[in-house]
Amino acid sequence: MFLAVKNLEKSFRLRPTGNRAKGKRTQSLLLTVLQDISLAIEKGEFVALLGSSGCGKTTLLRLIAGLAKADKGEVVIDGRRVEEPRRDLCMVFQNFGLLPWRTVEDNVMFPLELDGVGRPQRIERARHFLYLVGLTGFERHYPHELSGGMQQRVGIARALVRSPAVLLMDEPFAALDAQTREVLQEDFLKIWNELGTTVVFVTHSIDEALVLSDRIVVMEAGPGQVKEIIDSPFASLRLEGDIRGHPEFAKYRQRIRALISRNRS
Amino acid sequence: MQILERLKSFPNLIRAVSVTVFFVCWEIFGRDADPLFMTYPSAIGRAFLEILASGELTKAFLASMIPFAIGLAISIVGGILIGILIAQFWLLEYILDPFLNALYAIPRVALIPLVILWAGLEETGKVSILVSIAIFPVIINTYSGIRDVRGSLLEIGRAYCASPLQLFWKITLPASIPYIMAGIRLALGLAIIGIVVAELFTAMTGLGGLIVFYANAFATAKLFVPIIVIAVVGVILTEIVMFIERKLSRWRVSERERL
Repeated sequence: MFLAVKNLEKSFRLRPTGNRAKGKRTQSLLLTVLQDISLAIEKGEFVALLGSSGCGKTTLLRLIAGLAKADKGEVVIDGRRVEEPRRDLCMVFQNFGLLPWRTVEDNVMFPLELDGVGRPQRIERARHFLYLVGLTGFERHYPHELSGGMQQRVGIARALVRSPAVLLMDEPFAALDAQTREVLQEDFLKIWNELGTTVVFVTHSIDEALVLSDRIVVMEAGPGQVKEIIDSPFASLRLEGDIRGHPEFAKYRQRIRALISRNRS
Repeated sequence: MQILERLKSFPNLIRAVSVTVFFVCWEIFGRDADPLFMTYPSAIGRAFLEILASGELTKAFLASMIPFAIGLAISIVGGILIGILIAQFWLLEYILDPFLNALYAIPRVALIPLVILWAGLEETGKVSILVSIAIFPVIINTYSGIRDVRGSLLEIGRAYCASPLQLFWKITLPASIPYIMAGIRLALGLAIIGIVVAELFTAMTGLGGLIVFYANAFATAKLFVPIIVIAVVGVILTEIVMFIERKLSRWRVSERERL
């Protein structure tokens, strides 16, 4: 197994505020965010973590990324346990996460700079991945001069520049308008198909999960658990065109929606 | 009304006219005043040429500007270093902040006699007074700039495996540059006040010394010369710092507009 999540559990301690004035001893609340999560992801797979807000999908991604520590269980990627952020796990953030004082090119070079890669090679790699995301000609622009969609293309190029084993994406297209989102989904699928990187993709959009992924991990809240893992029936068709118009699409969307809304009540 | 509306789009024209009218009036009415108390622009011009020719002005200018430059440099470099250290090491912050707060609360001018006692009346004294006044905004702005770096920015660094040192050089420091530049701009203004105050109190040399000297001699026209020189130096330096500040902080302004 390339990426294995084994019996992961995570709680947050909530410190109640406000009633301290009454002189009572405040007891902190333990909120279980993730309970007994297990997943197995193959190399090269595109997996979506789908759920409504509060189901712990972002927390799960942060645990996989090594940005947070689990209370129980473990994450093993490529034979090694994830204890802290690793160079072979690269993150794409919801709000793009670009460094605003750096140009597009310098943002993409950032991970290579941390790795101590020489400047000529840095530039060459950055140019290559900027070309891949369609941003050739924008190397010297600053993030604030770009639209949201273009900023996220920079975010994707920066994550790919290290040739990661796993690409971790935290609702990367959620902050974009509907048209831009669909264009980026389509373009990203092509890039993924070309590179064959393993992708773990957090989303709250059923359509997005269906359009992009091989498998959809449907999560439920309170405490966060895996409700069901669905093999996307469109996995083989998704690269040939927009599958939103497929006759079966509405049926699957309905089925997943029913799964999600049932656990809301 | 329409003319007023039109004029609104030429602010510099209005400014230029206002200043010109001021100087013309000063020239005309200043001539009628007692030269002991008041003077007028052309007299100041003549006084300027006179003390420039005698070498007095150049000597005083250098006597002020050398300690000014040294003191400002110490304030900027030292202020940034202290700001970084107390922002990064909590132990140092807790050890130093009672003293910093106390010093900040005391009007620094009140400390000048003490500083003179320790550092003497000469250059060292001037530099010490200047630093004691100008270093605080640099320390405080550097400190709050580093403290205000958004957690989400640091998380980017962490996610990409930056070492603590890389985190500081590549994220924390560039993110706080706009604050630090604002601190430097404030320090510059205070340093100009500082050098004049120091010279009024201490060796009676430099431009501040000239002011006292000519005032005591009731040479009112000459008295205005060092004042104007100080004003010009202040305006030029402030413009330079603001220009650099705008260049370095451009990303931040537009980021704020977007939010």
